[in-house]
Amino acid sequence: MTSPSITASGAKARAFLGFPLILLICVVSSAVLYFVLSQLDSSYAFLAAYTVLQFVALATAWNILGGYAGYVNFGVAAFFATGVYTSVIIYKTVQWPLLVTIPIAAAAAGLLGLGMGYLTLRLRGVFFSIATLALAVVLNTIVVNWSFVGGSRGVYVMRPQEIILFSSYERYLFVVMLVLAIGSVLIARAIENSWLGRGLAALKDDEMAAECAGVPSLRMKLIATTISGALLGAAGAPFPFFVTYVDPPTAFSLSIAVNAIAMPLIGGTATWLGPVIGALLLGTFQQIATVTISSALNLLIVGVVLVIFITVAPNGIIGFVKDLREKRR
Amino acid sequence: MSNAPVLTSRGLTKRFGGFVALKEIDFALASGERVGLIGPNGSGKSTFVNCLTGALQPEEGAVTFKGVDITRMAAWQRARLGLARSFQIPRPFRGLTVRENIEVPLAFVAGLSSQAELEAKAEETLERVGLLAKSASSPKNLSQVELRKLELGRALAAQPEVLIADEAMAGLSDSEVDEILELLMQLNSKGIGIILIEHIMRAVMRFSQRVVVIVAGSKIADGDPQDVMQHPEVVRAYLGQ
Repeated sequence: MTSPSITASGAKARAFLGFPLILLICVVSSAVLYFVLSQLDSSYAFLAAYTVLQFVALATAWNILGGYAGYVNFGVAAFFATGVYTSVIIYKTVQWPLLVTIPIAAAAAGLLGLGMGYLTLRLRGVFFSIATLALAVVLNTIVVNWSFVGGSRGVYVMRPQEIILFSSYERYLFVVMLVLAIGSVLIARAIENSWLGRGLAALKDDEMAAECAGVPSLRMKLIATTISGALLGAAGAPFPFFVTYVDPPTAFSLSIAVNAIAMPLIGGTATWLGPVIGALLLGTFQQIATVTISSALNLLIVGVVLVIFITVAPNGIIGFVKDLREKRR
Repeated sequence: MSNAPVLTSRGLTKRFGGFVALKEIDFALASGERVGLIGPNGSGKSTFVNCLTGALQPEEGAVTFKGVDITRMAAWQRARLGLARSFQIPRPFRGLTVRENIEVPLAFVAGLSSQAELEAKAEETLERVGLLAKSASSPKNLSQVELRKLELGRALAAQPEVLIADEAMAGLSDSEVDEILELLMQLNSKGIGIILIEHIMRAVMRFSQRVVVIVAGSKIADGDPQDVMQHPEVVRAYLGQ
């Protein structure tokens, strides 16, 4: 008898972990995390946790297009920076609160995703990836030459002096990113379990066979690029208030792009849980290395871990564990 | 069987650069009809099927389905109209289970949305093609004949009016060929028109009410299976001068 597949066991797990339970786990673990970080009495702890959660949001967002649909987006930085600079523009003009800025940044990056989807409708594989990389280069060039947003000199962003309900802005930023990360994960999970997820999975495996099974591949691709782009942009919106100084090398950082791609690959791209595990593990590891050794090691850590995983467990941690389970049966 | 054509092609021509793969093919399939499409390797059978189902766009000619001109329609739009196909080399969605493979056309063509409904209908389809026991398996664990059945099951889940089975029996043993043949007969008995592209002549002769022969991109014969097999051009194409 053939053993049940990876996806079948995933379906059972999904049935067990229903939406209310997942939400409860998120709320409880968030409260515990906030309590633990508060006990450390260090604003750095909140900022380090913010960075890890930012990677959870970015990795999850990237995975919707790269993992579910199989379209590898090398232009993560373009979407992240769209969120960053939308935030900068709002800060320099109307100074709306961050909670209003985030949906606007998400809409701007979502539109960029839709546009990229249209421009690359017929591209697949490496051609699609190169086109997304080109998008990041084009946007970078525009920003470098746009003095209103600071150009190549960069721009300072002052955090508000006070924020309601929070004793410090770091704590507020942490909670904002926590909500964004949880929101991204819940959206990714909902997509995975919906007709959209099934269509994207079919598309990833065989575009023509999917089309013949009624899957409108181009439309699905546009939906995926838009949602993925919007979530990447949303994660970028609080960034100017996190760093307080933004310039193109920071907003279009290689580190952001590499991490957002490597973390899902290390955790596993087939499910929503893979990017979360990859981001939590690698992000935490990087933060520890930053404090104990040097932040210069961060990309090296990602590179080494990625090479190990591609060689030993190409389906990431989730795939590796499931393969082990299959073998035991 | 009604005589009204449900699927037609008129003057269908397909070129790849300077090479003419299909030359002005006229074809009609009546509702509920069983047609065998034969021809030597490289004769243009799969190209013809690809033009009918939207995988390729012809340079000239037109394809109609249920009276609608579908020549420029995308493959998914044709599938939603009721034109389904299986592939010569099985192309399962390997990241999904067998049941989830079936759920794709059920969601996108039949328009089912509730998970319970999808699962029930998928299992009903799997039972029809004899794959219910493999419902939770990965396609990676299926045998060749099971993969062929999955292809047919996925096409069937799209609730088609016409099914194009592209070499659904290639590489199978005699008993497996009979199994697939029986399955196709059952589907046809439900009113589904079937175009069977096949090299196994025993299966073609047993299955087909009519046989169409394509050689070097041109249709050289179309008619009763016994008559077509006696046709001098068909004999020449298959046996040489």
